[in-house]
Amino acid sequence: MSRELTYAEAVREAIDLAMARDERVFLVGEDVGVYGGAFGVTDGLYQKYGPERVRDTPISEAVIAGVATGAALTGMRPIAEIQFMDFITLSMEQLVLQAAKLRFMLGGKVQVPFVLRTPAGAGTGAAAQHSESLENWFVHVPGLKVVMPSTPADAKGLLLASIEDPNPVIFVEHKLLYRTKGAVPEGYYTIPLSQTEVKRPGRDLTIVATSLMVVRALEAAERLAKEGVEVEVVDPRTLKPLDAEPIIRSVCKTGRVLIVHEACKTGGFGGELAAVIAESEAFDYLDAPIRRLAGLDIPVPYNRELERRMVPQVEDIVDAARRLVKEAR
Amino acid sequence: MNQSFADLSPERLRALLHQMMLIRAFEEAAEQLYLQGLIHGTMHLSVGQEASAVGACAALRPDDYILSTHRGHGHCIAKGARVDLMMAEFFGKETGYCRGRGGSMHMADVETGNLGANGIVAGGVPMAAGVGLSIQMQRQDRVVLVFFGDGATNEGAFHESLNLAAIWNLPVIYFCENNQYAMSMAITRASKVEKLSDRACAYGIPGVTVDGNDLLAVYCATKEAVERARSGGGPTLIEAQTYRWKGHSKSDKQRYRTKEEVKAWQERDPIARLAQKMLEAALLTENDLQQLQADVDAEIAAAIEFAKASPEPDPATIFEGVYA
Ligand SMILES: Cc1ncc(C[n+]2csc(CCOP(=O)(O)OP(=O)(O)O)c2C)c(N)n1
Ligand SMILES: [Mg+2]
Repeated sequence: MSRELTYAEAVREAIDLAMARDERVFLVGEDVGVYGGAFGVTDGLYQKYGPERVRDTPISEAVIAGVATGAALTGMRPIAEIQFMDFITLSMEQLVLQAAKLRFMLGGKVQVPFVLRTPAGAGTGAAAQHSESLENWFVHVPGLKVVMPSTPADAKGLLLASIEDPNPVIFVEHKLLYRTKGAVPEGYYTIPLSQTEVKRPGRDLTIVATSLMVVRALEAAERLAKEGVEVEVVDPRTLKPLDAEPIIRSVCKTGRVLIVHEACKTGGFGGELAAVIAESEAFDYLDAPIRRLAGLDIPVPYNRELERRMVPQVEDIVDAARRLVKEAR
Repeated sequence: MNQSFADLSPERLRALLHQMMLIRAFEEAAEQLYLQGLIHGTMHLSVGQEASAVGACAALRPDDYILSTHRGHGHCIAKGARVDLMMAEFFGKETGYCRGRGGSMHMADVETGNLGANGIVAGGVPMAAGVGLSIQMQRQDRVVLVFFGDGATNEGAFHESLNLAAIWNLPVIYFCENNQYAMSMAITRASKVEKLSDRACAYGIPGVTVDGNDLLAVYCATKEAVERARSGGGPTLIEAQTYRWKGHSKSDKQRYRTKEEVKAWQERDPIARLAQKMLEAALLTENDLQQLQADVDAEIAAAIEFAKASPEPDPATIFEGVYA
């Protein structure tokens, strides 16, 4: 059975199910308790599980990552929340130099099973320090898993899988997705990490997109279908470790690929994806250059129109796709 | 001169009262404009905290620096910014202080020494040490005052900055606006020290707690710290105890506090307190007060007109200001 839930409700349901099932699971972060989280995601969990398992912290992102790491190392299963992905910059040392490496450095004798949830993305008028998409920083670090769901059902299943996973997982939500709705199965289920999904089949062009851009790519695909262009939309869902096979297969089929993400283009995940595709057998099938459509290389502006232009919109995806289907190698 | 007004002349006092009233009017207008959908994003209002912004900046010289916070409209006005250019920034217009790129959380007026609000809690605190160092190395006699909230004192960077400023004897005034909450987190839950200024002893510097809703108390404490910093005596930690009347931001249901608590603090309105004191000392008449309010309202109305009539940024300039 499934019913419609918002993305935020799906995340909350996953946390609730995990906490009900496993006493080791607890929530830790800023304003996750009575306030219910800055975006209301943890609303009601404090009332249900109490202050011991839904723990408000002072504004101390370094130690939020630190307690998650330390508690995970010694038998607990923390879910840490960093209120905006921008603030994860203050957690970097514990995440990158400790959590990510402990299992390896200690010869595999320990596990660090925690999930760090954090909302990313622009579009709320919150300007340059509250709109970052920093996922690719973590993709670069061996030892961290990076998950970025685009639908409510994926958010729930992937979060439960992340909580079960014995490794530190950076779970990136998107602020503009929180209110989007979709069918979500009831009860406990997991969607395995590292499982790319084809969200829409098509023969003319592959769009590989992440997070909010999956939703926009699907809308663009609808519009393009009316023009007779059949787009295949592929969502990696887990950025690291990446399940590349379905992406490569799709590009072999369509011969054209557009990569879309919100984060700034330079140094973004699109570069990695392009390289993976170029290094694969799909290279021989390419009828046009691999194209990337991504955030502009600027801090996120406050002004509404500038902010809109900074991030790929549906019409930008449509335009880029139209151009790409006409391109030849 | 009346002892209870320190060294402030009646004209100066009226100017400071005017500033506090202007801050309140600015923020109340901003809130209305937001509710009307004319401003997007979010904003953090400092209604109820005007005395700490104005009292602190009154103790500074025009060439002194400040670093501000996400709750920074008051600091900006108190340091001498123009409300029309601030309002234009709120509207995201090209004529705004940050050309529409920054918005409420990044409001800055470099010409009046305001190096900017900050979207990051404690974001300005480490930089303050750098500004202090720059002043010291250039042999200037300026000081820098950095505002931050109670919540900021629990960031690691707070500790690092105070310690460095202490050992290098930097001309920094660390000004904590303790409004009792960091979003939903009461300071009594977030810290075990009785007064946040007690933390100063960890760095071997002076620390003082003042009634942040008393303009004169804030002014006097800051003046002393400024004199110390300017004369080579190093940093001071000031804690101004105050309260924010409004929610944390535009999405706060305020489940973590009671209406009674808010009401009790509203009875300690810093603006009404100064006005009352000045009325009693015959430094002000009821007529003056009405005139001040009328002036303030007219300034804000003009600022809104200016902002509305101002042009949007040209999208062709979107890459300006980024060098890499
Ligand atoms: C590093 C960082 N963490 C969290 C936030 C989100 N946030 C913004 S303001 C705020 C509360 C700040 O409290 P305080 O320092 O007391 O200032 P106040 O809002 O009370 O003026 C929080 C948690 C942020 N902007 N930056
Ligand atoms: Mg506070």
